[in-house]
Amino acid sequence: MKTTTLQIKTPEGIVFSQTLASPMARFLAFMLDLLCIGALLTAIQLLMRFAMFINPDIAAAAGMLLYFVVTLGYSIVMEWWWRGQTIGKRVLKLRVVDAEGMRLEFNQVVIRNLLRMVDLLPAFYVVGGLSAFVSRKAQRLGDIAANTVVIRIPKIFQPDLEQLLPGKFNSLRAYPHLEARLRQRVSPAEASVALQAIMRRDEFEPAARVQLFSELAAHFKGKVEFPAEATEGIADEQYVRNVADVLYRTDARKKTREAATA
Amino acid sequence: MIIDVEKFSAVEEPLWRELEGLLVRVEEDPGFKLTLDQARRLHYLYERTSADLGKLVTFSSEPELRRYLESLVARAYSEIHETRSRERRFKPFTWFMHTLPQTFRRHIKAFWLSVAITIVGTLFGTFAMTFDSEAKQAILPEMFASHLGDPTERVREEETAKEDRYAGKKASFSAFLMRNNITVSIKAMALGMTYGVGTIILLFYNGIILGLVGTDYIMAGQTKFLLGWLLPHGVIEIPAILIAGQAGLVLANALIGWGRRERLTVRLREVSRDLTTIIIGVALMLVWAGFIEAFMSQYHAPVLPYSVKIAFGCVELVVLVLFLSRAGFQKSVATK
Repeated sequence: MKTTTLQIKTPEGIVFSQTLASPMARFLAFMLDLLCIGALLTAIQLLMRFAMFINPDIAAAAGMLLYFVVTLGYSIVMEWWWRGQTIGKRVLKLRVVDAEGMRLEFNQVVIRNLLRMVDLLPAFYVVGGLSAFVSRKAQRLGDIAANTVVIRIPKIFQPDLEQLLPGKFNSLRAYPHLEARLRQRVSPAEASVALQAIMRRDEFEPAARVQLFSELAAHFKGKVEFPAEATEGIADEQYVRNVADVLYRTDARKKTREAATA
Repeated sequence: MIIDVEKFSAVEEPLWRELEGLLVRVEEDPGFKLTLDQARRLHYLYERTSADLGKLVTFSSEPELRRYLESLVARAYSEIHETRSRERRFKPFTWFMHTLPQTFRRHIKAFWLSVAITIVGTLFGTFAMTFDSEAKQAILPEMFASHLGDPTERVREEETAKEDRYAGKKASFSAFLMRNNITVSIKAMALGMTYGVGTIILLFYNGIILGLVGTDYIMAGQTKFLLGWLLPHGVIEIPAILIAGQAGLVLANALIGWGRRERLTVRLREVSRDLTTIIIGVALMLVWAGFIEAFMSQYHAPVLPYSVKIAFGCVELVVLVLFLSRAGFQKSVATK
């Protein structure tokens, strides 16, 4: 079955996952790398033009070999030097890693890049593209042979948490033990839904917004029951804001405590 | 389980930082060797961080911390559970004199298969040339256009040439040959991913061309010219292509996995280092062959007597055979 994440379970029973890069992101990274290679080749060409005045034969030979070495070696050198990244991959936040979470070795980098010759066949990456499309871990033939995958390094989303409760009192904060229970019972995915709903509130139709926050509030109320005085008279949207504030702004408590101490 | 994340982070963070520092040292210096105490400490820190991640994994409020721990555990996991020997500092002399010939011998069966396929192709080429006068025109690719004419005529032209045809372009011709042959070799290896079919076709086709051209010159009575022209570079170039074919067949064998119980990834992992060694060795051989072909093979008697060229080719062949069969032998036995 095709998957979008690479999950590795350690013998200690810990699972860590990495998101596999989409074929489109890989294609864009490849195009960026082609631009870099093109720039390098243009520089070589200019250099060789000057060298032609000294010895045309040697200059032509050096140009030909450098052209070959750059086209073949660019990805090998970059991926080895930058631990699985080329310029294109760095811009697109992609990285080549060992498919089983092991150390990426030099020979893996060499094999995956040399086998690009087969992936490029018959033209425009048809074989590699088909292989990535069919393969469970989106691997082209070079990746299969080298036992590597290309993963996406996610940019950690830092929401503007000040938007959550701008200077407002959060009644849930009065119950630290229930706060802690809420933080423990809510899954990362559920917390993310609450946050997204708040951040994108203006994108919803008013009726849809009311319904969404009503459902979310009911859901979170079912997770942990706060005393009536903490929830009375609070609109559903405000309740969800309070929940997200508890979940995401862990430092708010610290600041409150520090302020109290001061 | 309820955790006070702040307290938890404050207690555990020094250990995470220590693990990170140790990992940076191990990752950045391939020659860095952990002492027994350091290895024990690394293992302890890895297990402790894994346990911390296990505690935090269902905790929604610390995505950044979770990701940080996930990345630490992933990096430590790759160092601790890696069973392949670590790549030490590259020593070119040891690699060339020991690793390369040992690797070649480790897959000698694939080499003999590569030789057999090429011989079958050569026989086919010989057969085609003997019984079909149009075979040469039909089969030889464009880059062999200079061989489409009468061999006797070519020999006469070469031997009576008053000026150097390659004057002022020997280096670029040499570079062209190196680039072309290395590309063919990489293809021969890479086509192993077609379960060896592509590699076999490429070796067979190379054999056909060899058979066609060789038979053409022999039938025209130009055997001495053929040997003088072919041997200086051919004794390195042809084995290099055969060894590249060997790499392709090794790859195909790992892919097919006849009689093997290991998973595909394990089989491929086992051969990937050998494939890299072989293909780099092949590239070096072809650099030498390209140089010799441009600067020596294209010069014939009376400029360069055939006997000298043939003798040079024979010496090269002996050295190559001795190198591939004997170099690094003691070390290989000792390792076993």
